[in-house]
Amino acid sequence: MSVWADVVGQPEVVDELQRAVDDPARMTHAWLLTGPPGSGRSTAARAFAAALQCPQGGCGECRECRTALDGSHADVTVLATQGLSIQVKDARELAALAQRSPQVGQWQVIIIEDADRLTERAADALLKALEEPVARTVWVLCAPSLEDVIVTIRSRSRHVRLRIPSVEAVAELLHRRDGIELDTARVAARAAQSHVGLARRLARDEGARSRRRSTLALPAGLRGLGDALRAAADLDTLAKEESASSTGERDAAEKARLLEQLGADPAARTQPPYIRSQVAALERDQKTRATRLSRDVIDRSLVDLLSFYRDALVVQWGGPVELVNADLRMSVQDLANALPPEALVQAMDAIGTARERIEANVAPLLALEAMMISLQAVGAPMT
Amino acid sequence: MTSVPPLVLIAGPEQVLAERAVESTLALIREVDAGAEVVRLDGPAYEPGALALHTSPSLFGGTTVVVVRDLDEGTDDLLEEVVALAADPPMDAHVVLVHKGGNRGKRALDALKKAKARVIEAPAVKSDRDKGTFVTGEFRVARRRIAPDAVHALLEAVGKDLRELAAACAQLIADTTGTVEVETVERYYGGRVEATGFRVADAAVAGNASEALRLLRHALSGGLDPVPVVAVLASQLRQVARVAAAGRGSSASLAKELGMAPWQIDRARRAAAGWDGIRLGRAIQAVAAADFEVKGGGRDPVYAVERAVLTICRERQG
Ligand SMILES: [Zn+2]
Repeated sequence: MSVWADVVGQPEVVDELQRAVDDPARMTHAWLLTGPPGSGRSTAARAFAAALQCPQGGCGECRECRTALDGSHADVTVLATQGLSIQVKDARELAALAQRSPQVGQWQVIIIEDADRLTERAADALLKALEEPVARTVWVLCAPSLEDVIVTIRSRSRHVRLRIPSVEAVAELLHRRDGIELDTARVAARAAQSHVGLARRLARDEGARSRRRSTLALPAGLRGLGDALRAAADLDTLAKEESASSTGERDAAEKARLLEQLGADPAARTQPPYIRSQVAALERDQKTRATRLSRDVIDRSLVDLLSFYRDALVVQWGGPVELVNADLRMSVQDLANALPPEALVQAMDAIGTARERIEANVAPLLALEAMMISLQAVGAPMT
Repeated sequence: MTSVPPLVLIAGPEQVLAERAVESTLALIREVDAGAEVVRLDGPAYEPGALALHTSPSLFGGTTVVVVRDLDEGTDDLLEEVVALAADPPMDAHVVLVHKGGNRGKRALDALKKAKARVIEAPAVKSDRDKGTFVTGEFRVARRRIAPDAVHALLEAVGKDLRELAAACAQLIADTTGTVEVETVERYYGGRVEATGFRVADAAVAGNASEALRLLRHALSGGLDPVPVVAVLASQLRQVARVAAAGRGSSASLAKELGMAPWQIDRARRAAAGWDGIRLGRAIQAVAAADFEVKGGGRDPVYAVERAVLTICRERQG
């Protein structure tokens, strides 16, 4: 099986990258892969790294391929951030690494998963490395879109754009890779709007499915202001809980590792100031990450909600467009019967406004309250 | 012999309470052995064997107290050793373990409870109701009294952070005599951002536009950041709306249900009298729009918050 097997629905991208592997004339030292969340940017970057290291250009079977794909290849370095920005220190380390020749492989491959999170100063630290190619070093930067990347970085790399894969392509991947039954996989892929990771979670995790169902059931329960505020509070609490449950253990492990690295004396009554300040900095970062994660969870719920109103519009038009929420067709139909198209559009605007506000740092609960009040005002289907 | 058993577990997320529990446990032990040696260990940075090392009988016969923080973030070694320790509690030592909550270390917790460890709870103090109880408790322990509306003023001024609240209580207890009244709290903490925000919000929610604007302009010209003012506007309207939506019922039962203090319920009820759901909803929406503007979405944060205040007043007047 080829290294590209998990890069779904991106034939042009695979073609371009494979040709670069095969033909030195098509190779360049810095690549920028863009695509919306869930389109498989980092999967594509790792596959590219594997193909570059493989003596056969990406057989998917050999040791080079396997280690590059699972992240253990000595000459494939992946910088992945979790919600934090990429700091100048990390960038400098990578720039230094870029000067070295590969130890075992054919290339020194450096992947930056969230190039959109490079701080201005971190980007500056990379510029020189990107400007003056080193013979066997290749950079692979990933970001949601070109606009998200600092312009100086953009102009020094070759751009490859991933698109949103088709529902069918995502479903096939879930079926083949994760052994999920094809029908289930299709429903999940559609509900997740082709976001591979989300689709997988929806197909496998009952918790994720029930969260989605309860989110989509919210509009029907909005009878008054009290309901609207309660719905907003529920959504906000759910997101915080999900964020806390997925960060708690990692936070503790990071703190333990930091204390170990600093050689801190665990028995010390109080830690010396330089250790305290580093621990405090880590805890600040962790808090930022938890906040960001909980916002991401809220945004996902809002995208679900948006798709629900959009589906109702689609039903009203009677066009041949597939519903995102095909598995909840009855509820979509109820909504379409209850509200005129203008009201559906107003509801979608309210959801869009809430997303914008939360992105701009408005207190999530307040933004959700304003949105739920609008959704309640435009009207709800009878239950 | 001290009354403190060899094993003490302090469980719960509230750090202020947990620290106090540690200190009061140490004090009890010191009543018996003033020279007790205290060793402090940190769960995430635990070095294997440290527990056994410090709890083994000492040549000099003194008491050792081992305080282990962040058991819930402890290494696997630590958790294993705590289980072993519970099976065979030390003779001349005390081990005080602090666990903030969560599932990690559950086996160790169960073992401790089975070994009859003293368990001291440090429950989260989050709702205003809990904080009010906390404040009156602080005064009661000091054999002092604080008036209910003074509790309310204190929570509004410094109620965000329990540590700060505890410090404020300590200061009031130390600096004043007799029952602490609202005027005293105002004198000490009335200038805080939160307190000003609350006064603006109270005036706006009551529909008193000229008073709300006067207070707001005065505060902003004194350099007050509009962001926390917007946050207070939102929380006040939210309370009014939730209390209004909850309908009848005693203040006490509603307080429990909504996680608010009874005086907050009464006040929100009085404020809710001139409102209906639709106008309250619009007022909340105006505040959400203002929050966006004061956080960089608009050109003029001061204007944004003034407009929100005026919108609230207009909606209140109907
Ligand atoms: Zn290979």
